[in-house]
Amino acid sequence: MNFMSEFEPKIVAFVCNWCTYAGADLAGTNRTKYASNVKIIRFPCTGRIDFMLLMKAFENGADGVIVSGCHPNDCHYTSGNFHARRRWIIFRSLLDFIGFDTDRITFSWISAAEGNKWAQIVDEVTEKIKSKGPFTDLKKLNCTLLKQLYDEAITK
Amino acid sequence: MARIGVFICHCGENISATVNVTQVAEAASKLPGVTYATDYKYMCSDPGQTMIIEAIKEHKLTGIVVGSCSPRMHEATFRKVAEKAGINSYLCEIANLREQVSWVHPKSDATTQKAIDIVRTLVQKVKQDSPLYPIKVPVTKTALIIGGGIAGIQAALDIANAGHQVIIIEKSPSIGGHMSQLSETFPTLDCSQCILTPRMVEVAQHPNITLHTFAEVESISGFVGNFDVNIKLKARSVDLSKCTGCGTCWQKCPSKKIPDEFNEGLSDRTAIYTPFPQAVPNKPVIDRANCIWFLKGKCGLCKKNCPTGAIDYEMQDEIINIKVGAIVTATGFDIKHTDFFPEYGYGQYRNVIDGLQFERLASASGPTGGEIRRPSDGKIPEKIVFIACAGSRDKAKGIEYCSKICCMYTAKHAMLYKHKKPEGKAYVFYMDIRAAGKNYDEFVRRAIEKDEVLYIRGRVSRIYEKNDKLIVKGIDTLLNAQPIEIEADMVVLATAVVANKDAELLAQKMHISYDKHHFFSEAHPKLRPVETNTAGIMLAGACQTAKDIPDTVSQASAAASKVLGLFSSDEMTREPIVAVVNRMAPPQFTTCTGCLLCMEVCPYNAIEREEIRDRRTGDLIKVAAKVNAGLCQGCGTCVAFCRNKSIDLQGFSNQQMLSEVIALLNQPF
Amino acid sequence: MKIGYYPGCSLESSSKEYSKSLLAVAEKCGIIPEEIKGWSCCGASAAHNLNHDLAIVLPARTLAIAEEQGFTEILVPCAACYRRLAAAQYEVTTNEETHKKVESYLELKFSGKIKILSVIEFLQKYISPVADQYIVNNLNQKIACYYGCLLARPKETSTLKRTEDPLEMESVLEKTGAKLINWAFKTECCGASLSVSSTAIVAKLSGKIIENAVASGAESIVVACPMCHMNLDMRRPEIKKQIKKDLDIPVLFITQVLGLSMGIPADKLGLNNHFVSTKKVISSIVKKEA
Repeated sequence: MNFMSEFEPKIVAFVCNWCTYAGADLAGTNRTKYASNVKIIRFPCTGRIDFMLLMKAFENGADGVIVSGCHPNDCHYTSGNFHARRRWIIFRSLLDFIGFDTDRITFSWISAAEGNKWAQIVDEVTEKIKSKGPFTDLKKLNCTLLKQLYDEAITK
Repeated sequence: MARIGVFICHCGENISATVNVTQVAEAASKLPGVTYATDYKYMCSDPGQTMIIEAIKEHKLTGIVVGSCSPRMHEATFRKVAEKAGINSYLCEIANLREQVSWVHPKSDATTQKAIDIVRTLVQKVKQDSPLYPIKVPVTKTALIIGGGIAGIQAALDIANAGHQVIIIEKSPSIGGHMSQLSETFPTLDCSQCILTPRMVEVAQHPNITLHTFAEVESISGFVGNFDVNIKLKARSVDLSKCTGCGTCWQKCPSKKIPDEFNEGLSDRTAIYTPFPQAVPNKPVIDRANCIWFLKGKCGLCKKNCPTGAIDYEMQDEIINIKVGAIVTATGFDIKHTDFFPEYGYGQYRNVIDGLQFERLASASGPTGGEIRRPSDGKIPEKIVFIACAGSRDKAKGIEYCSKICCMYTAKHAMLYKHKKPEGKAYVFYMDIRAAGKNYDEFVRRAIEKDEVLYIRGRVSRIYEKNDKLIVKGIDTLLNAQPIEIEADMVVLATAVVANKDAELLAQKMHISYDKHHFFSEAHPKLRPVETNTAGIMLAGACQTAKDIPDTVSQASAAASKVLGLFSSDEMTREPIVAVVNRMAPPQFTTCTGCLLCMEVCPYNAIEREEIRDRRTGDLIKVAAKVNAGLCQGCGTCVAFCRNKSIDLQGFSNQQMLSEVIALLNQPF
Repeated sequence: MKIGYYPGCSLESSSKEYSKSLLAVAEKCGIIPEEIKGWSCCGASAAHNLNHDLAIVLPARTLAIAEEQGFTEILVPCAACYRRLAAAQYEVTTNEETHKKVESYLELKFSGKIKILSVIEFLQKYISPVADQYIVNNLNQKIACYYGCLLARPKETSTLKRTEDPLEMESVLEKTGAKLINWAFKTECCGASLSVSSTAIVAKLSGKIIENAVASGAESIVVACPMCHMNLDMRRPEIKKQIKKDLDIPVLFITQVLGLSMGIPADKLGLNNHFVSTKKVISSIVKKEA
């Protein structure tokens, strides 16, 4: 398993501006140290996140994804995080159905006061994805291969 | 063709210590679309800003990315710089290289690479930014103050004296808050009510202030400059316009055994009551939960005897709607009352009391007329033990913070007791003495040196009753950890300052952040202590954290000044981060199919149904959604819901977010 | 589902009546715990005074062999044994290095995650739910429940909800009809193992406990620890000398009180093995009305 320790996963975090982004800033202000594998893309609200973006992330080489926003009832825009949560529940069962390893996506609530929790989640997810290894399931469609398989199939 | 400028800040050493900023700027310069990239020590400083402006002009830049501290710090600063340089302020994006990179990762190649990745992502975003123009909305120049304690009163007076309308709502029947319960205040030993009541009266009589007591916030919607608030005026059962405050009603009331909240349970009150003699308004309220009329349908003595017919049993709760431009939250604090100190017998032994109860004993208008007497038998105690830090700074009790005011008020209590009973003995068990304000330490020294209060550094492990006395088992750490046992007549616990029990609910109604102890969060702990993250809502007083009166008054005036800044013009500009439904030429008009799912999920009711009609015949062509830019807050929930991507969020568009994801994960070729 | 039984040294000797009464009550309710084969000393106070590793390995051995013998739960009535076993469990389940070290000492592999039941947890889980069926007597007694220190501290491994004023024993004894009084010395130290080396200290500390119980109106004291029992009961002559009072308040094990209320005869509960006579408690039994 030694070669795994060389693998540095690429993890994209889709976070909301008001809670988790602020929480990550707080972790910074406190100089809390954590793994550098997670890079944040800022959204106004988790409700804004189109979940196909998560798939795009994986398609472009991400090994893991974090989606994080305000705690239920604390959404800056009242209900964005509720919609995100419901969307995730349905999306996750769809992903399970098609055989996608949903463990690579972490959904969390981190408030603006929870700098430590942000650092903790980053470290935990990084560890988890590290032990899972690189994500190789969604490769760009290989047209040559597809044509070959198609040709084989119709000649049978 | 994009001409982007990238400016990487060293932030002194804050960024450059762990991130190789020159390398980042160099990598940025190679990105497609980037015309100019540089680094500098302090980008937000005057020379730094000038440098950006000159670069924009010289290289004819069409957008900039600043790699610096968090956008929450300086996005506004750099947007103004872009404006000054002649490009739209929304063509400026900030790459967070400090809070989320340099401060949290060690100096390494990986850290520098992360910085490069993030800058690359934002370059991609800014290339797709369109110029946006601030939206102007009118400002309602009325302020709402939630809470009628000293913080709310101060803020109200400051705003009202500046010529604006103020509405104060207070949930108890009178304004005044905890300060009205205090006997004397430190460090001057001013009579609390004497300095408070003139202000209370001023508030009640001020032409610009509308006071609603026995009222609570029902709901808040809207946004800065334009809040829509529903207030529940709880039924007092007394018509304020008719009541003269003569007091006949409560003198006649037969229900006399209700624990008096104002006296912290040390005495009883009647069912119809005014909380204290100097209450403002000095008119009673009926406690329906304990009134015989409301419980059993009998009595009615107050109504029968009221000379002006002001009692109205049929009165219902009323909801009124007000429109305000700014809100100041001044809801104050509580002290921990629960049975969380069983080892001290708190809640069990009648002579173990808390700080507020002691205040009531010491107060001339309190249940004992200002004489310090034991609640159990009314005798005057010969020995009182004061325990500081009862619950605060104690992880085991769940409160790690310091409650700030107890060291001072414990010294005050001990002094008051000694002034009233010089032969009595007062002991204070303390961990530290925190007396950092002006004249504070001198006050404590006075207690120790002049009034001979005995200070023992150590904690108390147990208190138990024995023959009518309270045996206090503690330790004196300055005397070689000598165990001490004191036979006290009374024990006063300086219990921890905590948030009000409905603080969480109120914060959720207002969409403001709060911490795990339910104290409301300020926008920035150092530089923005009186604002919240929600524009237009300010904080004042102990609802933010434990605070004494001088700091509370300062903060209240500061909050008021923020409100006055907001009210200084008739119009306010709003961030144009709003959703827009696409429109195009006929015959398409829009790709929106009018399913109106976005309208259903918008938390601000900012989306309307629009009928697109033929200009000449008036025939309906299609139904589509339309966003009211004045109401939209830019959350983007509608965008994620739209099935065919007909609605998009300016500043966080679909194309932008997608290109950010792609740019983050791919090095340029 | 068999429950492993770990009596420890005290319950085989100086506190035999505790074991007797506990097993009698359990049997009445249809539960027969099975003694763990080959159990050994938990180390008690001696081991952790001498050597940290020994202090963990000794009780860990019991956890390991109990796991090996297929038990999922073990009943540990002695509070000291309970504390040592719980401490060993905490160490091996929170520190992987310690776990491996202990496994190598013992030459046994184990998870250490077996459920350890203190007598209070056992009574709450298995006896209280069915007590109504078996309780036939009411006890006309004012009882002070004494918890001692080991059940309450340290907080991390204590199963008591309120460590400064616990109420678990009181809730177990509610059904016996006894009046459980409120008093301040529930978790004060009795002097513990200084009983042998510095009896005078025990006399002083235990004396205070007895005095406060009596002053708070108790007619008997109930304990759940053999050490507490020894200090409060066996050391009564020294206590009397120390406090200069002739206090004869009896000290019973919680299982003995439960046994009396279930109609088990006094001799089967070892009530004649005490230094301070328990006659008054026995005679306070009143048959419950149907």
